[in-house]
Amino acid sequence: MAGIVVNGEERSLDGVPLHTNLLDFVRACGLTGAKEGCAEGECGACSVLVARPSPDGSDTTEWTALNSCLVPAAALDGQEVVTAEGLGTPEHLHPVQHEMAVRGGSQCGYCTPGFVCSMAAEYYRADRPGHAGHFDIHALSGNLCRCTGYRPIKDAADALGAPDADDPMARRRTTAAPAAVPTGLRDAESRFIRPPSLERALAILAEEPDATVVAGSTDWGVDVNLKGARGSLVVAVDRLDGLRGFETVASATSSTSDGELRIGAGLTLSEIERRLAVSATRLPLLAALFPQFASRLIRNGATLGGNLGTGSPIGDAPPVLLALEASVVLASTAGTRTVPLSEYFTGYRESVRHSDELITEVVVPLPASTTTAFHKIAKRPFDDISSVAVAFALEIEDGTVSKARIGLGGVAATPIRALATEAALEGRPWDADSVEAAARVLAGEGTPIDDMRASARFRSEMLGNSLRKLSVS
Amino acid sequence: MSSLSERPANPVVGQAIEHESAALHVTGHALYTDDLVGRHHGVLHAHPVQAPHAHARITRLDTSSAHDVPGVVRVLTASDVPGINDAGIKHDEPLFPDEVQYFGHAVCWVLGETLEAARRGALAVEVDYEPLPAILTVVEAIEAASYQGMAPVMARGDAETALASAAHVFEGEIDFAGQEHFYLETHCALATVDENGQVFVQSSTQHPTETQEITAHVLGLPSNRVTVQCLRMGGGFGGKEMQPHGLAAVAALGATLTGRPVRLRLTRQQDMTMTGKRHGFHATWRVGFDDALRIVGLDATLTSDGGWSLDLSEPVLSRALCHVDNAYWVPDIRVQGRIARTNKTSQTAFRGFGGPQGMLVIEDILGRCAPLLGAEPDDLRRRNFYVEGQTTPYGQPVRHPERMVLAWNQVRESATYDERLREVRTFNEEHPHAKRGLAITPVKFGISFNFTAFNQGGALVHVYKDGSVLINHGGTEMGQGLHTKMLQVAATALGLPLSKVRLAPTRTDKVPNTSATAASAGADLNGGAVKNACEQILGRLTELRAANPEASWEELVRLAYHARIQLWAAGFYRTEGLSWDVTTMTGSPFKYFAYGAAVAEVEVDGFTGAYDLRRVDIVHDVGDSLSPLVDLGQVEGGFVQGAGWLTLEDLRWDTSDKPTRGRLSTQSASTYKLPSFSETPTEFHVKLLEHAHEDGAVYGSKAVGEPPLMLAFSVREALRAACAAFGPPGVSVELASPATPEAVYWALDEARS
Repeated sequence: MAGIVVNGEERSLDGVPLHTNLLDFVRACGLTGAKEGCAEGECGACSVLVARPSPDGSDTTEWTALNSCLVPAAALDGQEVVTAEGLGTPEHLHPVQHEMAVRGGSQCGYCTPGFVCSMAAEYYRADRPGHAGHFDIHALSGNLCRCTGYRPIKDAADALGAPDADDPMARRRTTAAPAAVPTGLRDAESRFIRPPSLERALAILAEEPDATVVAGSTDWGVDVNLKGARGSLVVAVDRLDGLRGFETVASATSSTSDGELRIGAGLTLSEIERRLAVSATRLPLLAALFPQFASRLIRNGATLGGNLGTGSPIGDAPPVLLALEASVVLASTAGTRTVPLSEYFTGYRESVRHSDELITEVVVPLPASTTTAFHKIAKRPFDDISSVAVAFALEIEDGTVSKARIGLGGVAATPIRALATEAALEGRPWDADSVEAAARVLAGEGTPIDDMRASARFRSEMLGNSLRKLSVS
Repeated sequence: MSSLSERPANPVVGQAIEHESAALHVTGHALYTDDLVGRHHGVLHAHPVQAPHAHARITRLDTSSAHDVPGVVRVLTASDVPGINDAGIKHDEPLFPDEVQYFGHAVCWVLGETLEAARRGALAVEVDYEPLPAILTVVEAIEAASYQGMAPVMARGDAETALASAAHVFEGEIDFAGQEHFYLETHCALATVDENGQVFVQSSTQHPTETQEITAHVLGLPSNRVTVQCLRMGGGFGGKEMQPHGLAAVAALGATLTGRPVRLRLTRQQDMTMTGKRHGFHATWRVGFDDALRIVGLDATLTSDGGWSLDLSEPVLSRALCHVDNAYWVPDIRVQGRIARTNKTSQTAFRGFGGPQGMLVIEDILGRCAPLLGAEPDDLRRRNFYVEGQTTPYGQPVRHPERMVLAWNQVRESATYDERLREVRTFNEEHPHAKRGLAITPVKFGISFNFTAFNQGGALVHVYKDGSVLINHGGTEMGQGLHTKMLQVAATALGLPLSKVRLAPTRTDKVPNTSATAASAGADLNGGAVKNACEQILGRLTELRAANPEASWEELVRLAYHARIQLWAAGFYRTEGLSWDVTTMTGSPFKYFAYGAAVAEVEVDGFTGAYDLRRVDIVHDVGDSLSPLVDLGQVEGGFVQGAGWLTLEDLRWDTSDKPTRGRLSTQSASTYKLPSFSETPTEFHVKLLEHAHEDGAVYGSKAVGEPPLMLAFSVREALRAACAAFGPPGVSVELASPATPEAVYWALDEARS
């Protein structure tokens, strides 16, 4: 029987409509602490904790905060979820709850259970320095509060020490997280499948190419909640073993290079961020992406494959991967093929990926260029969507640009390479005159539009200025 | 010291205690209206049919196909309304319209066994529209002379003559944006009907009495047949003062027609596209200064964007006019106000209620004129402060103007303003691509509802036989800590520990005829009433206490019961000494003024316009604080919300001629950005003004809900200073509002070109 363990109690998924998200599911269980604030993963009022495998790949558990509004409840079959109610009670507050309460961290209280869960996830992170004053505030970047102005919430977070040894949530970390459970559920209108293997996933897609593939569901969940999307078949691929590799290997195509980094398309962005941080492979441009990519809550659920699969022209990963000359590996029952990312996007939310294909890996050639930068232009540094995103990977030898790769987001129907600008830079001295000349070319790249995020004129101006800024930094 | 303001020894008020519901908040146990749904059986869910036109006549409404959708129970239309088909108090807000007045206007409501069924039913409803011309912006409305409601003029002296003889005269205009409330809890109502036909509506409302009245008039019932309760709200900020009424009425109508509980909860998109926001304004002005940099005259016209119906636009406009002066003496002044009628949501109350908009005009004037006068902005502001004996343009004496100076000097000192101004200048000389700006701005904000009748409060205090106390009052809790303060007031008045006192939810059958919890006045009005009720009870115990000086409270209460002494009381309070003549825009509408001053420092990136709020220092006057932790939270939170309005929050409507004209483009959290952790100041120092006793309010306190929002003008002025630093000395910078990174970029680009 399909079900989810919520706060230690088994809750059945029987009879639950398949479009039901985890938030509505736990609320229907009578656990109304988690709230719907926006239904699109922007506010974090719905944040809950899910027991996930530790990102270091060991057999331990990390309490991972997720936006419960974006995930189908069915995708949590066999998993363990803890809500704010499961952390403590009014009589026996959890340390996070205690700090939030006594420091004035709640006013209206509506966002508070979500903040508590996001804060608890960071409190329990195994590699967090366990003493007061060392709280990574990015853990709360996906939570909005309209009352406090955040100062008391930050103080509450900074006051947290390490969990006690007998803390049951801390103890739970030392054993393995629940494995992904192959799931097949059906209601009157639709089916939800979590296949047991990549092979099976590809077989399903070969038979039913109209299936909606989700790999974290942070985009699909928005369509379900805000646009009323209801897929007749949803296939979840995010936790398939075959999509979770992360390794640096010798290059298949070049013997002169340092090899390539192969990133499993089913890894979450948080997992990639953490693995990259402890890896011997240096990719500062990719590392610079993550803190600016949506919020921790989104990165905990979203996968790199999902980000490329949706093909959004304003996704933040494509500009970086374009500048890094990455490729994607596409697999189907017929075999695999590797496509340079620069040839992957074909139109607005369209790509060369056939509907029976899955992105299995993203391949980044090494070594990456040495002069790199990621410039994201948005209204808000945390948890915002780019107006313009620019990624630079330049090789400058003896004062001359020997190689230039520039990825752009938000200025065309697809992410693009700034080819004219690259040509204007390559072979020229890295000096004020050629930077200015190239900046003018860069300002003319793409076909930016006016929308609610920025004017077309501003977008163009920001393109040129991004190179000017890089040149003086 | 008055008996109202005097504190006994060892009072519970003044103690920095946590929010009374903090333990419930942090554990997820605190219940909000929508959390109650699972505690009812057979609940129906309501979903609107929203019109896809900014302005259109409905030529056909056919609900029959909705009934074919499985799970649809009923569709509510105008013909179902037994009473008055209107959701407002001005009778210009049809609940079920025959003419669509804004994009997203709810035409009818579908009730379903599930929300999914209601949603699909709403998609199935067939509506034909005849599109009509739509007015979207204030400028369009001015061109079309599309106005509504009053057009007041506030005048003193002869502004025309003063300007004609002024040494320096400047003129300008500004068009600035409104603000979405974005309370985290969207609007919600849950209505049930009992065996007697008594209608019970649980509503996220700041104004239960008006929700009750409008529900009753829609249902065609007397008020005694409708009870409204509000457990608590997940934020209100003024957005739940007028806007909940129609939604509650729809839920109640559904419940009376079906006999089943009806839940109506707006999604974020529905809430943003259907409910009113802070008014944006357009202003034109002429101002004159003398050679000593004193304002000698001001002539301004303020036009607010009222949206499609009057709502609270008239009192909002009154408060805007009453705050054009902010902290400054303007001897000769003429300010005209108008309310544009546009095809947008009906703009409404929002923290500050027009005050921030009025003050933005004068702060923008001073910020733009300072360089043109060769003056330092802080010096220009300080020179024009009110002094004792002066009156506001509407004729009210300015009480305690010295506290404005005190707050200003204290914050200037604690922020080390002069030293940091030098540091900022050094930084700016050394950094061609980044500039810092430092600014200090004042706030003077009038407390009380402009409309005198609203300045009354009620309470009900029960002392049970075991000595425990239960209080009820007319105010609602939306996170501002009102209930916490009321518990402290009751414990103080009765001389009991806080543990003896509990508080029950706000209900119209406990305390009737209440005013909205608004105008920052919740603690003043309800605190006065709670204190009054407690004192009535203590008064009745005086003789018994004299006869039993050693008796414990519990013993005293027991004796009182047996002596047949009434142990409960209804308390009442009205603010004394107020007057307001709306026809002449004169009087003394405010009991007192709240003062504050803020210093903000920003750093702006010359390549992108992106900025950092590096440090904020605030000294704010809350009188003698009733509850310092609560008040600190109000100051900090209000400031950040104000900074959001002025710098980040960007309401955009489609003003094109496409079929989507009038659609709110920023109707979700992914497109409408409010401050997050990244916008909170890196360094944030807030102090409450000391020795700030207020004689005219309960236990010497002052209202705190709204005034701190306006401290955020310091951020806007710091951004202006940073933009100016990219240009030559003396450059006057025009800055759009909100000053988003894009707006800041264009401002600095203009300054340096």
